[in-house]
Amino acid sequence: MNVAVCVKRVPATDTRIRIAPDGRSLDLQGVEFVLNPYDEFAVEEGLRLREKAGSGEVVVLTLGPTEAQKELRTCLAMGADRAVLLKDDALAARDGFAIASILAGALKGVSFDLLLFGKQAVDSDGAQVGGMTATLLGLPCIGEVVKVEVLEGKRLRAEREVEGGREVVEATLPCALTAQKGLNEPRYASLKGIMAAKKKPIEEPPLTQVEPRLVVLEMTLPPPRPPGRIVGKGAAAVPELIRLLREEAKVL
Amino acid sequence: MPGVLAFVEVRDGAPRKASLEALSIAAQVAFSLGGTAAAVAAGPDTARACGDLGRFGARRAFASGGAAFEKESPDAFVAAVLKAVGAVDPEAVFFAATSKGKDLAPRLAASLGVPLASDCTEVKVEGGRLRARRPVYAGKAYVLVESRARPFVATLRPNVFPLRESPGLCPVEPLEVAAPPGGFRAVVREVLAASEGKLDVGEAPVVVSGGRGMKGPEHWHLIEELAAAFGTAATGASRAVVDAGWRPHAEQVGQTGKTVAPMLYVACGISGAIQHLAGMRTAKVIVAINKDPDAPIFKVADYGIVGDVFEVVPALAKAVREARAQSR
Ligand SMILES: Cc1cc2nc3c(=O)[nH]c(=O)nc-3n(C[C@H](O)[C@H](O)[C@H](O)COP(=O)(O)OP(=O)(O)OC[C@H]3O[C@@H](n4cnc5c(N)ncnc54)[C@H](O)[C@@H]3O)c2cc1C
Ligand SMILES: Nc1ncnc2c1ncn2[C@@H]1O[C@H](COP(=O)(O)O)[C@@H](O)[C@H]1O
Repeated sequence: MNVAVCVKRVPATDTRIRIAPDGRSLDLQGVEFVLNPYDEFAVEEGLRLREKAGSGEVVVLTLGPTEAQKELRTCLAMGADRAVLLKDDALAARDGFAIASILAGALKGVSFDLLLFGKQAVDSDGAQVGGMTATLLGLPCIGEVVKVEVLEGKRLRAEREVEGGREVVEATLPCALTAQKGLNEPRYASLKGIMAAKKKPIEEPPLTQVEPRLVVLEMTLPPPRPPGRIVGKGAAAVPELIRLLREEAKVL
Repeated sequence: MPGVLAFVEVRDGAPRKASLEALSIAAQVAFSLGGTAAAVAAGPDTARACGDLGRFGARRAFASGGAAFEKESPDAFVAAVLKAVGAVDPEAVFFAATSKGKDLAPRLAASLGVPLASDCTEVKVEGGRLRARRPVYAGKAYVLVESRARPFVATLRPNVFPLRESPGLCPVEPLEVAAPPGGFRAVVREVLAASEGKLDVGEAPVVVSGGRGMKGPEHWHLIEELAAAFGTAATGASRAVVDAGWRPHAEQVGQTGKTVAPMLYVACGISGAIQHLAGMRTAKVIVAINKDPDAPIFKVADYGIVGDVFEVVPALAKAVREARAQSR
């Protein structure tokens, strides 16, 4: 079972958002970067499926700046075999389609049975690169999966979360999946894994440029919510709350 | 004539509300461009659902169906929308950002070779160009984007765009979609429904959520009773509670859970971590119950009660039941 996983370096989820002087992007000063949380699930699932199959290779790819080597090393320390860095210092300006096009181009040189993504990168919140890359490569794609099972032969069964339930989808391999929370519990890298990761290769192939066509004109902070109000203490405050919900907020 | 195409999702034979919202704004955008809106409904049984589309601004509707939909495959839906795009040659294609819309839109955009603006909360025409505002960093910021590609493909956040009626004639054309030889490669085998009649936390007008302050899953009946008191309400949870296995992930609200924008959000024993706030800060009204007066949730709550959830939540449930019984 050969698995390719696309991962992204993103600001940590507790980052305080400040807008850069250009008015169109995040002020990166002091921002701490991490492996996209959903991509951790994808890497973990790739490792598990490879372990279950007993053979094969897990390769991780990222399109990002040189610093993204850190996130690739994290994946290698978890157990991925090799990594590909598509070096790109203009990542922040690229739309999801441009990213998907570059990834699809790079993936043509990789042989895999399964192609994994996170369901969403928590910076742009695009929730699209997986489905787009799969489409550009002519692969079936199952989105937001919480359970995966490789069936005999070249088939796979996955459960995806939808409103009001779960869909059970079957697809032929090679196939793409995007990982939703709940798929698994990602492992922590062991010390041995971290040491081993230092020796694993990170390739840096050249990439084809794709210009963005969804252009960010401005980035703004959401209007602050009007300051909250403490209605009172304990159950004694309930009648006043009911009155406010009814007369002021008009939601009751 | 410039057109805007809206994808209409059909559930139990009727168009979903979020799709009608998408159609309403499609009609408005089309009007700004000097054109009209069209709708495409895909699925096994869509003809009946198309009856109402004229009321929400469609002037042409495509009802797809046929053998391709015998076994449900997302690829059949994409094929149907592509075919409608071919017929209309639209300036823009809108989907509601529902599970299905979010699944289909990236594939449609990639098939057309254009970008996608996802989860938009505003769409407008300025200087003849299509622009949209959408949240990034889990709603901690918004970007205004402009499309330099045609068509402009977007998914629209449910419960944000108002339903607008602009009745008119809307002829319905059948749209035949054929499965490729050998069949679609991804097929839905079954749908495992969540508990019967339970509202999804992402769709409910009222959401009552519990956090670690609820102390254990055995106390969730208090959350459920408060939700039931409001009538049409769903229950939600913080990640701490989901990670502890007290509640299923489908109920998690926040950055790595659902983003909800209900009329009323009630947070019970939830501290209000930044990742939780990301999922509910656009609720119209927020109520928080927490015993710690310094809990960050009180910074965003319109109304807070400092107190013990085990005392306040049942009292509130009772008072809400009484208030609603009175007003009936
Ligand atoms: C990458 C990442 C993603 C995350 N995504 C999410 C997400 O999607 N959603 C999410 O919710 N969190 C998310 N988190 C976790 C988040 O940081 C918090 O840990 C979590 O929200 C805390 O849940 P809580 O409020 O239930 O628990 P706590 O923070 O422990 O708060 C419990 C609250 O209950 C109150 N309390 C205790 N007893 C009582 C009582 N008897 N009566 C009244 N009040 C009481 C306490 O005062 C406290 O404020 C994420 C974290 C990371 C790192
Ligand atoms: N620059 C990138 N490099 C590699 N993978 C990416 C990149 N951007 C997005 N992805 C993958 O696509 C998923 C969805 O991203 P997005 O559509 O941006 O929300 C992520 O979870 C990653 O798996």
